[in-house]
Amino acid sequence: MSWWKRLWRRKQMEEQLERELRFHREQYTADLVERGRDPEEARREARLVLGGLDQAKEECRDASGTRWLEDLWRDFRYALRTLGQRRGFTAVALVTLALGAGATTVIFTVLDGVLLKPMPYPDPDRLVDVHGHADDRYGDQYLSYPDFLDIQHASRSLDLAAWFFNPGTLSGSGEPEYVDEFQVSSNFFSVFGMPVYRGRAFLPEEDKAGGAPVAILGYSLWKRKFGANPAVLGATVTLDEARYTVVGVAAEGFRINDDEPDLYTSLGESTYPILKRRGPHPLGGIGRLRPGATLGQAQTELALLGRDLAEKYPDTNQGRRFVADRLKPDVGDVGSTLWLLLGAVSLVLLIACVNIASLLLARAVARERELAMRVALGAGRGRLVRQCLTESAVLGIAGGALGVALAAVGIRPFVAFWPGSLPRAQEIQLDWRVLLFAVAVSLAGGFLFGLAPALRLPTGHLERALRAGARTPAGSSRRWHGGFVIAEIALAVVLLVSAGMLGRTLMHVAALDPGVNVHSVVISRVALAPSTLADPTRARVAWQEALERARAVPGVESAAIVDTVPMREGHNELDYFTSAAVPADRRGPVALATSVSPDYAKVMGLRLRAGRFFDERDRSGSEPVIVIDDVLAHHAFEGGNAVGQRLWIPDMGPKAGAFLVIGVVGHVRYWGLAGDDQNKLRDQLYYPFAQLNDIFVRRWSELMSIAVRTSVPPLGVVSSLRHELRGSTGDQVLYEVRTLEQLASATLDRQRFVALMFGIFAGLALLLACIGIYGVLAYLTGRRVPEIGLRMALGATARDVVGMVLRQSLGMILSGVGLGAAGAWVAGRVLERTVEGMQPTEPLTVMLMIAFLLAAALTASFLPARRAGRIDPMRALREE
Amino acid sequence: MNIKSDLPQGTLDLLILKIVALGPVHGYAIAQRLQQVSRDVVQVPQGSLYPALHRLENRGLLAADWKETETGREAKFYRLTRKGRAQLEAETASWGRLAEAVGLILRLSEGGAE
Repeated sequence: MSWWKRLWRRKQMEEQLERELRFHREQYTADLVERGRDPEEARREARLVLGGLDQAKEECRDASGTRWLEDLWRDFRYALRTLGQRRGFTAVALVTLALGAGATTVIFTVLDGVLLKPMPYPDPDRLVDVHGHADDRYGDQYLSYPDFLDIQHASRSLDLAAWFFNPGTLSGSGEPEYVDEFQVSSNFFSVFGMPVYRGRAFLPEEDKAGGAPVAILGYSLWKRKFGANPAVLGATVTLDEARYTVVGVAAEGFRINDDEPDLYTSLGESTYPILKRRGPHPLGGIGRLRPGATLGQAQTELALLGRDLAEKYPDTNQGRRFVADRLKPDVGDVGSTLWLLLGAVSLVLLIACVNIASLLLARAVARERELAMRVALGAGRGRLVRQCLTESAVLGIAGGALGVALAAVGIRPFVAFWPGSLPRAQEIQLDWRVLLFAVAVSLAGGFLFGLAPALRLPTGHLERALRAGARTPAGSSRRWHGGFVIAEIALAVVLLVSAGMLGRTLMHVAALDPGVNVHSVVISRVALAPSTLADPTRARVAWQEALERARAVPGVESAAIVDTVPMREGHNELDYFTSAAVPADRRGPVALATSVSPDYAKVMGLRLRAGRFFDERDRSGSEPVIVIDDVLAHHAFEGGNAVGQRLWIPDMGPKAGAFLVIGVVGHVRYWGLAGDDQNKLRDQLYYPFAQLNDIFVRRWSELMSIAVRTSVPPLGVVSSLRHELRGSTGDQVLYEVRTLEQLASATLDRQRFVALMFGIFAGLALLLACIGIYGVLAYLTGRRVPEIGLRMALGATARDVVGMVLRQSLGMILSGVGLGAAGAWVAGRVLERTVEGMQPTEPLTVMLMIAFLLAAALTASFLPARRAGRIDPMRALREE
Repeated sequence: MNIKSDLPQGTLDLLILKIVALGPVHGYAIAQRLQQVSRDVVQVPQGSLYPALHRLENRGLLAADWKETETGREAKFYRLTRKGRAQLEAETASWGRLAEAVGLILRLSEGGAE
């Protein structure tokens, strides 16, 4: 019979055992009677000779090999019973644990979904990210189309696919819409291993210039725009005035870099000019290792191919390497925030565990006599340790289960609450990995807080424990309790000081001057009508018209166009020189360059420090002019008068020449309120869009936003703006409409979120630590009642007693604060590295938070102290 | 006589296997037979016999069924499994070797030690 069967049929086994042994005894008796003995005497002799029935049974049970399981089961039921008897303790412990484990599970679930889960493609570990790397300051870059074709053709280890992100205006059915178009190579879907949901993928003959124009719809677009109608296959869609036949619908949830493309077209038939050249690098590359090939082989092969290409095309490929890396989700800097939060929430969980440990220990000390009695009756020490651990494991698992339930409820609100959009949000789920984590955490927690009571089980000195009763805490127990309080306080200090510093940072950065007037400004990207884009003159006219129409909208005070919007939307950096002697490598100081129309300063509320901003005089053909900010002015002209000076900016067009500085404006915190001070790129310059070289007009037109200052609440003008800016052909589209205030505030979202989270965690930690201190002191003073009674009988006043208890508590608290301050210092370093704009740890805040904690901790200690001061000496002594 | 002090470790298991090998038999009969065959030298108390039986059953060396005795009472009859028979043979052989070896050592004459 297998062991689980034996366990399952325990009752039946017991019955059979009883019957078997009784049969033996009766048979023995019967034999004696047969030999002529008196039946009564025979029974007595049988009992004597055969020994105790129960002892034999016990030995048989031992022999069955399921003893440990039966013990576990018994311990489990015993634990449930004892926990059920002490409802208050159990409730406090469970709520504490559920909160700790729940919060930890929520953070872990997010972290798991965002950082740890493999990418949602088949065999993701065979997928590699292929990109170029330049040895100059540009570093990692995408691929150029000719390079891609050469590598794709030559590579033996990789199936290489590429995509080109080229958003455009989808028109034809319903409202024109600006959509994310991905031009992809024909093997794109097979390399990802994601077959299309309906229809077919692109054919190799469609991946060539002059192939039949075909498109594949993204699943979401198909549902949203075409009502998931299967008849869409074979229909025609119009994208940027070109017509495509729909041949397929992509798989549901197929994402690239966390974006679900709306539409795929074939890369080979794209007429986009930069795809013809080896210089620009607009293509994302993705490879799948061929069967048997390793990543190392692919890397070596790419290195060789890169060297060949550099020899063949030195003009464009000198110093360019090609790199293959394992495909990893691109989650930006969310990772560090998540780890930070997981760290913080673990501290809370740790405090919760310590809290429960001290409660359990208090109980274990109170049960010392019971345990000593059991040892005296022959219980093994290992057996008792096991029982203690079972009890705390039951508590841990129950708390963990509650925590998972809490997490299941809390995960969606948490994700929704996350500032901005969380990358890979669709992959955040409570799954077996999370459950495994929760079980591991709660079991570890259970052992953590069960260990202390288990370790101080009575060993020697049994008779002392038996004699002493429940009233004299052994020295070791007081040490344990002191340790718990110190640990709790230290952890709480770390969280409180961190929260305090984060709060201070937030106050500091929120008070910084953004350099623009963020109120009453609406900013929107504009997709010009596709028909105007190709021709620079028509594009300029379209922008001019758009500005005039925007100004005519009621409530709009002024309007301007701009390529890089403050608060880090877009980014164009240029080298500048203060003399015509430009070094051969064209490397100089770098400034953030912004192309604007004349009213930009008015719309944004830029502060003019000297000279003038652009106006209608600064046209194409007139003298090239720029406006610089005070930071650049300081760098380039060292405080001298900048207006009237010249700067040489070779990358601003083929006729690279001198630009006349006509004005100086105040610095704009372009990198966000928190991030700007630390950013390396702080020099800023502005140049008129009107003077932009014709060859850049198309690219710029795809990037420009329109910004309007309003005299009414800014979002109120959006719908009329959208309507007015339709353009003459009706397919000019506004998208990504936001207020500048939203953008500015969004740059602080991360800080605000982290500060809020730390605030919550610190509050929780403080509360738990206070409960812990209260519990420990109440217990310790409770055990000292006779001693205190004696002191009072000998003349100590209530004040003395209160003072004594408080001194004892203060000792523990101060040790905790000391340890915690050291921990907080370390935490401060970590925060400075992970939170943008973090202020260095500063004494005033630390003192303030510690004072706050001291006040709370002493209040928690005061209650037991006052109770001790009210002890009636006579009663206390009589109880002894 | 206390079996535990006088029988070497594992011997009881061997003796039980041997008795059971003669045919299905219940616990009491095993004790009786051991006592008779050994001329009252081996007397196994309940507290040793039954744990040993259960251990052997769990190891799959014995199997058990509830059957009626000649007197019409229900008793648990043990019988040898194939695995038990193999074990019995192996242990009998090794016991024989051990007994022989011990005998050889004990027969050394005292003078020979000088």
